[in-house]
Amino acid sequence: MTGSAAGTEAPSVPRAEGSDAPGEEPGRDFDARAGSDMDGDPFATGDFAIRTRGLTKRFGRQTVVDGIDLAVPHGAVFGFLGPNGSGKTTTIRMLLGLATATSGDIAVLGESMPRSLGSVLPRVGALIEGPGFHPFLSGTANLRRLDAADGFAPSATRRARVERALARVGLSHAARKPVRAYSLGMKQRLGIANALLAPRELIVLDEPTNGLDPQGTREVRSLIRSLAADGATVFVSSHLLAEIEQMCTHAAVMSAGRLVAQGRLDELRAASGPPRLTVRTTAAALAPAAEVLRTLGLRPDPLAPTSGTGDAGGTAPAIGRKNVPEEAGMDTKMRPNEGGDTVLEAELAQGIAPEQVVASLVAAGVPVRGFTVEQPSLEDLFVSLTGEGFDVAQ
Amino acid sequence: MSLSETTPRAQGDLEQRRARRSVGFGFFLSELGLLFRRRRTWAMLGALAAVPILIAVAIRLTDGGDGRGPAFLDRITQNGLFVAMTALVVSIPLFLPLTVGVVAGDSIAGEASASTLRYLLVAPVGRIRLLLVKFAAAAVFCLAATVTVSLAGILIGVALFPVGPVTLLSGDTVSVAESLGRSLLIAVYVTVGLLGLSAIGLFISTLTDAPVGAMAATVVLSIVAQVLGQLSQTEWLHPWLFSYHWLDFADLLRQPIEWSSFGENALLQLAYVAVFGALAYARFSTKDILS
Repeated sequence: MTGSAAGTEAPSVPRAEGSDAPGEEPGRDFDARAGSDMDGDPFATGDFAIRTRGLTKRFGRQTVVDGIDLAVPHGAVFGFLGPNGSGKTTTIRMLLGLATATSGDIAVLGESMPRSLGSVLPRVGALIEGPGFHPFLSGTANLRRLDAADGFAPSATRRARVERALARVGLSHAARKPVRAYSLGMKQRLGIANALLAPRELIVLDEPTNGLDPQGTREVRSLIRSLAADGATVFVSSHLLAEIEQMCTHAAVMSAGRLVAQGRLDELRAASGPPRLTVRTTAAALAPAAEVLRTLGLRPDPLAPTSGTGDAGGTAPAIGRKNVPEEAGMDTKMRPNEGGDTVLEAELAQGIAPEQVVASLVAAGVPVRGFTVEQPSLEDLFVSLTGEGFDVAQ
Repeated sequence: MSLSETTPRAQGDLEQRRARRSVGFGFFLSELGLLFRRRRTWAMLGALAAVPILIAVAIRLTDGGDGRGPAFLDRITQNGLFVAMTALVVSIPLFLPLTVGVVAGDSIAGEASASTLRYLLVAPVGRIRLLLVKFAAAAVFCLAATVTVSLAGILIGVALFPVGPVTLLSGDTVSVAESLGRSLLIAVYVTVGLLGLSAIGLFISTLTDAPVGAMAATVVLSIVAQVLGQLSQTEWLHPWLFSYHWLDFADLLRQPIEWSSFGENALLQLAYVAVFGALAYARFSTKDILS
């Protein structure tokens, strides 16, 4: 992965909400912090594709983005997560110079924004909050117009570049149709084609798979991978966690205008708790199996048919696993059609290989009917950081 | 600054960038393409062309009428070239401001409501550049609109009425060729007169994301200006109204041409363009684009 090398530059992460309690005072700006942690480290250097410091946006009395410090390393595929209304799009609009920050600093591709907007934006491709095209113009005509708007794009190669961008998103067949006749997914792809009109060093995609069917979603994922392979930094905002998990090297989580976690994906996963193993065995072998796990130094939680362990145990105290009812519920109910299996769960302690656990179980004569090791999903982390259900902080 | 330093990857022709931002002529052409590929634009031009045709056909069918009606109307039966001027006099108070209001009011708000504004701005088009190109396109539409009225008037006049040397207001007579030249000059005069209104429409367009509102406000302002221009109580204000010189093109029908009203009109419109252009810039350059 291209992101791993640059990722070493990432700040120590993840940062849980409230750990450094960003102040509420309006005067918290460049000067207030210049002397603190940024000494000898000019803010707008080329180390990061995107970097913000204390970025804040207020609309009237409402603070939509609240002092966020983003750090997107070069070459990363950076997932920007957060529930609807958490400030993702407003942040993106500020990064691209569409909206001005109330306070804070932004550096994109090593240059200060919005001061260097004219030299930064030609190197940035963007899809912002859905595509926008003139419905009566064809896909080709719309892209040519946007390319003509970019004062740095040479007109001599415009035709060829538009064709290439359309081919890259699989829209060549519909290039001459008016956009009015496009489906939502086709418009979305045309929006992505617009981001690819010129070679870009940074590509910002806000909800790129909105309105796409499963095939389209897969295509967008592979497109993003190929862009990253070309060396571009890709900044993807989404509330679809599975999507982010599949393609990103880094991620940040927004909640109610705050940045509540940021870092490499594996670091974020590690922060949401150690991997958990699940042993499926017969009811009779429950006790010996638990004994084997204990001798290995693990702390098994038997999910017996009648015990009904609603809480899966004291895992990951920092973040907690409050969202396991689905998994746990499935295990604890233990219906007859599951063959009467008993399930044991335990955190996989460091230094113990999963195969070692299985070997020990088998050696002790435990009939192992199933064995899984699961990394806590990003969803666990996401929900624990941003709240559950419709109670998400606004 | 040199962009070549910051874009190390220049592989092949397709990857090359301009070293310096283009002035925007290509984008201006693209903007004109957008304007004239719209059905709405052609519908408006068609409606404007219908004005002289209606006038000419009506006069032809009624053999001149009783001498009442707009200026030049009574001359049409003697010389078809006057159809164009009559049609301009009829169009200036409402039809021309209406179409100009639509184009100018739509300029920024229309892009905002179509969600294309944010993509233009991150292209990046540059906000000042966008305003200039939009204003230039609106000015081109003003010219297209007045030329459409004139041209349709000349054509229908030639088709339905006798055509010959034109007797000017000063009593002199000029050839058909020169009278066509004067018609063009009048079209330019009227176009210049509409530039102030275009600038006002552009400014209003930066205030809202609803193009219809901006269009309506622009048209209403043009009507308000003309109403104020009719009231004797506001006489002190008259010379400052952008509509003050709209119907003064008769001075171009004298021999020699009386240029003073052309100059005063141009100066007044220039002032409106400067003021409302500055307001549009002040508003638009700091506006948060949230559409």
